[in-house]
Amino acid sequence: MQMREEFPFFAAHPELIYLDSAATSQKPQAVLTALTAYYRDSNANVHRGLYTLAYNTTERYEAIRAQVAAFMHAPEAANIVFTRGTTDGLNLVAQSFGPQVVGPGSEILVSGAEHHSNFIPWQQLAKRTGATFRVAPVTPSGDLDESALLRSITPQTKLVAVAAVTNVAGTRVDVAKIAQAVHAVGGYLVVDGAQEVPHLPVDVSATDADFYAWSGHKVFGPTGIGVLYGKSTLLSAMPPVQFGGEMIDEVQDAESTWAPVPLKFEAGTPNIAGIYGLGAALTWLGQQDRGAMAAHEAELVTALRTGLSEIPGITLYGSAASVAIVSFNLAGVHPHDLATFLDEQHIAVRAGHHCAQPLMARLGVPATVRASFGPYNTAADVTALTTAVATAGRFFHGTH
Amino acid sequence: MALTKLDQLYRQVILDEAYHPRHHGKLSAPDRSVTLRNPSCGDVLTLQLQVAADRVTDAKFSGSGCTISQASGSLMTDLIIGRQLSEIPELVGIFSDLVINGSDPREDQLGDAAILKGVHQFPARVKCATLAWKAAAQAVEGATDD
Repeated sequence: MQMREEFPFFAAHPELIYLDSAATSQKPQAVLTALTAYYRDSNANVHRGLYTLAYNTTERYEAIRAQVAAFMHAPEAANIVFTRGTTDGLNLVAQSFGPQVVGPGSEILVSGAEHHSNFIPWQQLAKRTGATFRVAPVTPSGDLDESALLRSITPQTKLVAVAAVTNVAGTRVDVAKIAQAVHAVGGYLVVDGAQEVPHLPVDVSATDADFYAWSGHKVFGPTGIGVLYGKSTLLSAMPPVQFGGEMIDEVQDAESTWAPVPLKFEAGTPNIAGIYGLGAALTWLGQQDRGAMAAHEAELVTALRTGLSEIPGITLYGSAASVAIVSFNLAGVHPHDLATFLDEQHIAVRAGHHCAQPLMARLGVPATVRASFGPYNTAADVTALTTAVATAGRFFHGTH
Repeated sequence: MALTKLDQLYRQVILDEAYHPRHHGKLSAPDRSVTLRNPSCGDVLTLQLQVAADRVTDAKFSGSGCTISQASGSLMTDLIIGRQLSEIPELVGIFSDLVINGSDPREDQLGDAAILKGVHQFPARVKCATLAWKAAAQAVEGATDD
């Protein structure tokens, strides 16, 4: 596939079959160029200096905020808070917004398929505030059970936190439908978009999610930069959780006041290089045929599920509709042993609990193997993996 | 396919040890019990010791884990049964050095457990091999999670 040529990583690792894009995506040359160019041409702090270079860098920084807003169909740039990543964004909402809306007698609802970063912040918020923490069931295949989640919403539900696409089974949920159900009882919806943004278009205005967090590094951008979208009225009423430079209006000995959103939530020098890289990643993505990318990834999922299902002892999680992720286990072979075996064939997959121990407990397994795709993966990658897994089965069962 | 390294890691004797581990299960009246987790992968291992006059009279391990951690638990328990508690920390140290470095002048003291030295070629798996031994070290220190 010609797209691979845009990713210098693959030239540096010609033998490697990279099937771990759900952990982090590889980066196109355009992103690497933007990072270098920032430090070479534009390095100045933002929202401080009065000299031309600092002014220009601030302008670019804010232009990328507007670019992100347009990318997500947010009403305006002020809806976009730059964070360190999805985890940072979800924790910001839990710490700042959470206590404003939950307390004794109210309920926080998550699914049993959430990543720890969209599970623990809410579990701990419930502990701090006296709210009830509820976990909706999953299906036997490890999919987020959307109808069970909807049924778990009660008049006491004040917050629902859910992944748009889950990170183990790749289940996609109907965010708009859940938002409607949550809003009908006067609650708020927080969406973990980490696994959706790389693969599918996001429209926060259409879905009406109240908050939506994602990470740049899974969307072909750099590590250490993320985005939190929030509705204007909610962000405006939220207190800052970090204090320092950039986030103030006026500071006196006894009192301080805060800058308007989003700067109120961006204390300290931000990850400016990361934001330049993120802007380049979204520009690059905008030049791609995203429908074709999604269709290609769906074909890879189908091919891998078909190939693996022919191997004796395979358990597949998720479904044919899984978004760019195939999780599985091979009977009698621990996922770590399988991952080590695959690594020796230069195949990089994830093996473990995928930061989803509550889901592993529901599936009754300590871990799974997860292969996940980016647009740069090929049918040959799928064939290599299925062949190696079949060989591993023979190796560990003593018939090699 | 280049399976040489893999063949060293997963020698048949190690696979046998993992699939048919010795001293696997729980003691009815343990004097010491330690549960350790491998937080990056979710493996969990409980080690129980029966101790009389500072000597390990019986040991069992339980939990779930990969081939390496299960084989290691089997070999470790087999090694420490009958030993003085005071001997165990040095054995743990030798094992840890062996799986990191691939050889150790004192490796004979480990008996059969030295077959796990192939782990040194797989740095990501060292923690799988050492989990049971870390539990043994903590059990000697007197930790008990009962």
